[in-house]
Amino acid sequence: MAVLLAIGTQKGLFLAQAADDRRSWQVGPAHFAMQAVYAVAVDRRGGAPRLLAGVDSSHWGPSVAVSDDLGATWQEPDSAPLAFPADAGAAVQRVWQIAPATDAEPGVVWAGTQPSALFRSADGGRTYELVRSLWDHPHRPEWGEGYGGQAIHTVLPDPQDPARVVVAMSTGGVYQTADGGATWRPTNTGIKAYFLPDPWPEFGQCVHKVARDAADPRRLYAQNHHGVYRSDDAGETWQSIAGTLPSDFGFPIVAHPRRPGVIWGFPLTADGERHPVDLKCRVFRSTDAGEHWTPQSAGLPEQPYYPVVLRDAMCADDADPAGVYFGTRSGEVWASADEGESWAPVAEHLPDVLCVRAVTI
Amino acid sequence: MATVLVPGALRAETGGESRLPVEAGGTLGGVLDEVAARWPRLERRLRDETGALRRYVNVYVDGEDCRRTGGLDTPVAASAEVQVLPSVAGG
Repeated sequence: MAVLLAIGTQKGLFLAQAADDRRSWQVGPAHFAMQAVYAVAVDRRGGAPRLLAGVDSSHWGPSVAVSDDLGATWQEPDSAPLAFPADAGAAVQRVWQIAPATDAEPGVVWAGTQPSALFRSADGGRTYELVRSLWDHPHRPEWGEGYGGQAIHTVLPDPQDPARVVVAMSTGGVYQTADGGATWRPTNTGIKAYFLPDPWPEFGQCVHKVARDAADPRRLYAQNHHGVYRSDDAGETWQSIAGTLPSDFGFPIVAHPRRPGVIWGFPLTADGERHPVDLKCRVFRSTDAGEHWTPQSAGLPEQPYYPVVLRDAMCADDADPAGVYFGTRSGEVWASADEGESWAPVAEHLPDVLCVRAVTI
Repeated sequence: MATVLVPGALRAETGGESRLPVEAGGTLGGVLDEVAARWPRLERRLRDETGALRRYVNVYVDGEDCRRTGGLDTPVAASAEVQVLPSVAGG
C-alpha cells in the first residue's frame, strides 16, 4: 500500500510518498516555491486522484492549481480561478480551504477564502463562483478577524445529504446550510466566546477547526480559541469535551476516517502561551467522542518542545489502521501508521507547515 | 506604441516574452486593460479583481513609480516604457 502525503508550507508544496506501509518516506522538491500553500486537497472521486492546491504569492496574488498526475504537471486557468464579482467590491486574498463535495456531486468542489467567503466549483475545482447567499448574509459586516486574517477555513459537506454543508470561520463561528446553499444560519449554541462582552453570542465565535465524525454525520467536533466541543445534533447545540484535556486551546481537530468517536488534537497551553502543554510534544486522542483523552507521544521528541501545529496541519489518511500526520511551524512533519500509537519523522527543516493531507494511492 | 517590460518571475505568463507592445495609450489603467485582454495570466498577477494594483507590485512609467504619479490614472505616452517590478518584500 502506498500513501501520498501532501505538505503545504509557507514556501511551497511538498509531496511525500511511502510505498512500504508508511515506514519510509520520499519527500520531493517544492512545487510553487516561495508561494504559501494554505490549502491542499486530494479528490479521488474521478479516475486518477486530482491534487488541488490553494497557492498565494506575496507579490502576485492567490490562485488554485490542479494536477491529475500527482504533481508532475499543474494547470491553472488563464483567468483567476476564483474571484469576487465586480459588485462585491472585494478581492480574494487567500484560499484557506479546498473541499471536494460528496460522491453525489462529482464535479463540485468548495473553497473557503480570506476574506470570509465560500466559493463553489462545478468543474472539478478548476474555476469557482462566489456563493452569494453567504456573502450577502446580514451578519457579514459583524464577522471579525483574528491574527491569521478573516477567513472561512473549514468546509464540511455532509456525505449523506449534499444539501447540507457546514462552514466555519474565524471569527464568526459555525454556519450551515440545509438547502443546498440557498440560506445559511449560525449554529454556535453552547460555544463560548470569552473574548466578547457577551460570551454566549449567536455568532462571533473564534472557531479554529471543525471535523465531522466518520460514522455519524450529525456529530461534529470543534476546536475553538479556547474550548473543545462536540455536537450530536448537527451543530444545533454544542457541549464541552475539554474535560480531560490538559488545555482547551489549540488549532486542529481531526476525525478518524471510519471509526466513530475517534478524534485527535494537539493542545497548546493557552492563547497567551502558544506552545505545547508542559513543553511536551504530544498528540491527544479520544476514542469515545471526547469524553476521555489520552496522550500519544511514543517516538515524538522528548526534549522541551515549542513548535505549534496549525489548524490544517494535522490529518488522517484512509488506510487501515489509519495513519495520522502533523506538521509544525518549525518545518517538521511526523507520521503515525498505527492511529497515533507510535510516531516517526517524515521530514524536517521544511518551511512552516500550513496544511497536510494524506491518502492511499 | 508603448512597451510593457515583464520581470523574469512573470515571463511564464507571457510565453517567455519580456517586452509586450501595447496599442492602448492614455493611462496606465488602459494599458493594463489591454494586458488583461491579451495576456490575462499576466494581468491577474498585477491587479486584483477590483482593478487595484497588488500591494507588492510596482509599476514604473518611463522610470517614475506610478504610485507617485497618479496610480492607474498615470498618463502613458505612445512611446512610453511601462516596467513591472516586484517590490522588495517577503520573508
